[in-house]
Amino acid sequence: MELISQRTKRIMEECKVRARDAGLRFEDDSLEYIVSNRDMIELSPKGMIPTLYDYWINDVEVLKNKGVYKLYPNNPFETVINTRPAISYYNDNNPDWMNIMIFYHVLAHIDLFQNNLFFEDTWDYNFADKALADKRLIDNYRREYGRWVDYIIEFSRGINNLVGFFNKLTDKQYQRELDPSKPIEFYFEIFLQEIKKVPEHVIYDEIDHYNETIRKNPQMGESIFFSNIKRKYPEFDATYSRYDEEQHKQKDLMQYIMDNSPFLNKEQNRWMKSVMEIVRETALYFEPQIRTKTINEGWASYWHDQLFMMDDRISGNESAYAKLNAMVTSVSRVGLNPYAIGLRLFHYIERLADQGKLEYKFHKIHDIITRNRYDERLGKGKEAIFKVREIFSDFTLFNTFIDQDFVDEYNLFVAGKQLNEEKGVNEYYVKSRKAEDYKNMLINNMYHPPVIEVNEDKTNEENLYLIHRFEGKQLYKDFIPETLIGLEYLWGGNVQLETTEIVKKRPRLNEQKPKLDFRRVLYSVEDRKVSKETL
Amino acid sequence: MINNNETDKKLNDPNLSDEVKSNIRKDIEISQDSGYSETYSSEPLNLYDKNDFHLFLQRETSKTHPVMSLKTLDELLEKDQQREKDGFPKKIRIGKVLKPTKDKKGKVVVVPTTTEPKFMHDESVTEEEEEGSTGGSGEGEEGEVVEEQPIRPEGEEGEGAGAGQGEGGEHDFAQEAYDLGKVLTEKFKLPNLKIKGRKRSFTKYVYNLTDKHEEFGQLLDKKSTVLNILKSNIAYSQIKEAQTIDPSELVFNPKDRIYRIMSREKDYESQAIVFFIRDYSGSMSGKPTDVITQQHLLIYSWLSYQYRNNVETRFIVHDTSAKEVENFHTYYSYQVAGGTYIYPAFELSNEIIEKEQLARDYNIYIFYGTDGDDWEENGENMIEAVKKNLRYTNRIGFTVAKNNWSRGKTIVENNIESSGLLKNKPELIRIDSLQAEEATEDRIIEGIRNLVSEKQEA
Repeated sequence: MELISQRTKRIMEECKVRARDAGLRFEDDSLEYIVSNRDMIELSPKGMIPTLYDYWINDVEVLKNKGVYKLYPNNPFETVINTRPAISYYNDNNPDWMNIMIFYHVLAHIDLFQNNLFFEDTWDYNFADKALADKRLIDNYRREYGRWVDYIIEFSRGINNLVGFFNKLTDKQYQRELDPSKPIEFYFEIFLQEIKKVPEHVIYDEIDHYNETIRKNPQMGESIFFSNIKRKYPEFDATYSRYDEEQHKQKDLMQYIMDNSPFLNKEQNRWMKSVMEIVRETALYFEPQIRTKTINEGWASYWHDQLFMMDDRISGNESAYAKLNAMVTSVSRVGLNPYAIGLRLFHYIERLADQGKLEYKFHKIHDIITRNRYDERLGKGKEAIFKVREIFSDFTLFNTFIDQDFVDEYNLFVAGKQLNEEKGVNEYYVKSRKAEDYKNMLINNMYHPPVIEVNEDKTNEENLYLIHRFEGKQLYKDFIPETLIGLEYLWGGNVQLETTEIVKKRPRLNEQKPKLDFRRVLYSVEDRKVSKETL
Repeated sequence: MINNNETDKKLNDPNLSDEVKSNIRKDIEISQDSGYSETYSSEPLNLYDKNDFHLFLQRETSKTHPVMSLKTLDELLEKDQQREKDGFPKKIRIGKVLKPTKDKKGKVVVVPTTTEPKFMHDESVTEEEEEGSTGGSGEGEEGEVVEEQPIRPEGEEGEGAGAGQGEGGEHDFAQEAYDLGKVLTEKFKLPNLKIKGRKRSFTKYVYNLTDKHEEFGQLLDKKSTVLNILKSNIAYSQIKEAQTIDPSELVFNPKDRIYRIMSREKDYESQAIVFFIRDYSGSMSGKPTDVITQQHLLIYSWLSYQYRNNVETRFIVHDTSAKEVENFHTYYSYQVAGGTYIYPAFELSNEIIEKEQLARDYNIYIFYGTDGDDWEENGENMIEAVKKNLRYTNRIGFTVAKNNWSRGKTIVENNIESSGLLKNKPELIRIDSLQAEEATEDRIIEGIRNLVSEKQEA
């Protein structure tokens, strides 16, 4: 692993100037490394973060990938990680023109990391530093507790896809100043109505009283109001703080276990919680990346194309570029390429905004001919795509902008698969050209971890009761027992999981495919023995 | 380096477990040549050198690769064994990666592999009637077929199972299968096979145009002849260094002619032949097929090792009728078809054995995989066909990978048991039955042990 040469770095810096001129925004510093194939293979199980904590399962992965590499030697052109400064890896010293293209691509990735709101939580610190500190802590624990550290990592990773990324996100974006202060809200909405159950007119009187107090004394009004309340209801403070605590309980499964597990909260086991927290925070760090794959690649492809074509340093290499670019961004006959779909969506959105088709005015038009001819020449395209890069994720991007016009324009379809027995091949056929179907297909192919919640009524010190919210897909059965055994260890007691399974019915003689049946089941683990019963 | 006195004291602490001690020793070892060591040399550094660590943290910069000191496979396997002692299931499995090549031989690499179990959605079973929708672009009416793909997508990597070419002479696969078989035998303690005395490794002769002969023979070897002519002409100084050769100037001596002549060659023949037979009827779809093909692949690997690679394979699939398929890849990837009659498959294997007189030269094994279903309720024909096969075979192994709707004994199990074959000929026929949904790799290997072991296990 070594830094790129001074000469290549100069090319990068030049790219930065031009990218900024075009409107991209990123921090000044960035680090570029040339890495060998071996480095790549060794880094990839760590999410390309060189300082991530060691974990033996990653080492198995490395050995496996070395084997795979023997058969399929393939090297990505670049990989960027969201650190401060942003670090990007390159496979080799490419020719200059290719570097220019790759650097623009990388800069657009960095721009998205540093401006897209889903990444907001990663903005205030350098993950590489945090990871190094975590790694050292884990190393220290290993010295003291040996392999048990690895078990804790393993069991925590068993549920690290269930971290509450969105809980944290909504919290960040929520503008609390718009709400009345929390105690006030509690007093009127819950305390008076649900706890004290006072008659309605009392509530109205109270509201008037509150408004008047505030009017008379904008600064001190609230505290005067509350001192009156406390005189009237001495228990108010205690009730409120209990409520407030409950409100903060919107926690993910990992947090819930850390807070409530009788085993983890024993004095001698407290270190386990810091290990779990490291695993949890690492997972949270990767969450936005998983959820912005298409938008990120689309954005980067859009900009490497735009900026490259404007760059005078590349003259003479246009055809070589065209070939490479086509390789990366062409839509395939069958299959999904996030670069291609993302890129086309950005082009599409840009044109819609340029023509004024994202305006409210346009949406009020129903006449198809007027709609087709509509072009206000607003020139708002660039502004629109920058907005998209700031506030959209893959899901919202697909859900908002995939419409029939888009599908028709790029000639897209949902490809279905069927078996042709005579030929011994799988045939892909045009299943649907409807936008709705295409959108659903994209969304179905997205990362979507299951929702698993704690049922607090059935949970106690000896038993943790989990409920899987069924969304049409069953859980991967092979993984359930081992994951449960891990949870049993973390909880220090039995664990139960309620979930729905899809069962194939025995086919009749003339049926080709078995019919499906849905069955609610309860898995239980006790002393590392997993059992299952139908509910 | 970690302070010596302190470390010594710690290492001598009787309360410390051996594991912790070895961790400390390992740390010391690593800290001596890598990482951020605690001492720093007093030698002044060049002002313009890379010396932040030195100045501010009084540490030396990391000398080794920042990635990590990777563990070796042995260390990892050791770790895995420790897991078992701690009461957790083993994690490392054997995976195979296959790459089909143009000549259809396919390259295989055996790798350790593992999974990280999590609660995650199973995409393979959904309410939709069809799986595997993806995107596409370009022309085409709805319903029109736009692309075809061989049944297994090329380059798919398998874990545990995996497609592969099964025929004997193909070195790449054979070698890897041999390695896998070795691992299976050693790590998973599969029994070593006692090869039957009557069919030892033997040598047979074939006749081929392989010997060379001067002046006469059946076929002129042009290449060698030209070489000889050139040699002679160099000797006659007809060809000189750094001059273009004019062929019309060359002198031709009839003695330069080289011929190929028929000769007797030794050929080492395979010692064992294995028939892999499986049911591919409708009810086999999904898990049962996975289990059977994975187990058959492992059996093939194990036999390859046992017979030092001298194993030949034949593959038969059946629904209501049976057919032979050319290689493991096709065998493995054949998709489900119609109903189920088992007997045609065993009749076919019997026919092949008799027609090709395989019993004379080979140790014969038959491994059969099913979900336990047979439309022939009493199984008379099936038992009859199996009995015929038993006259030739060293072992027939039935694997019943049961669907989740099958509770208790399946038709096949009942028929085999009531035939009395298991009791009368325990050295020749075995049956192993398992729930396909719950079959782990360990269970599948355990199944092989049941099928191939010398003694019947209780």
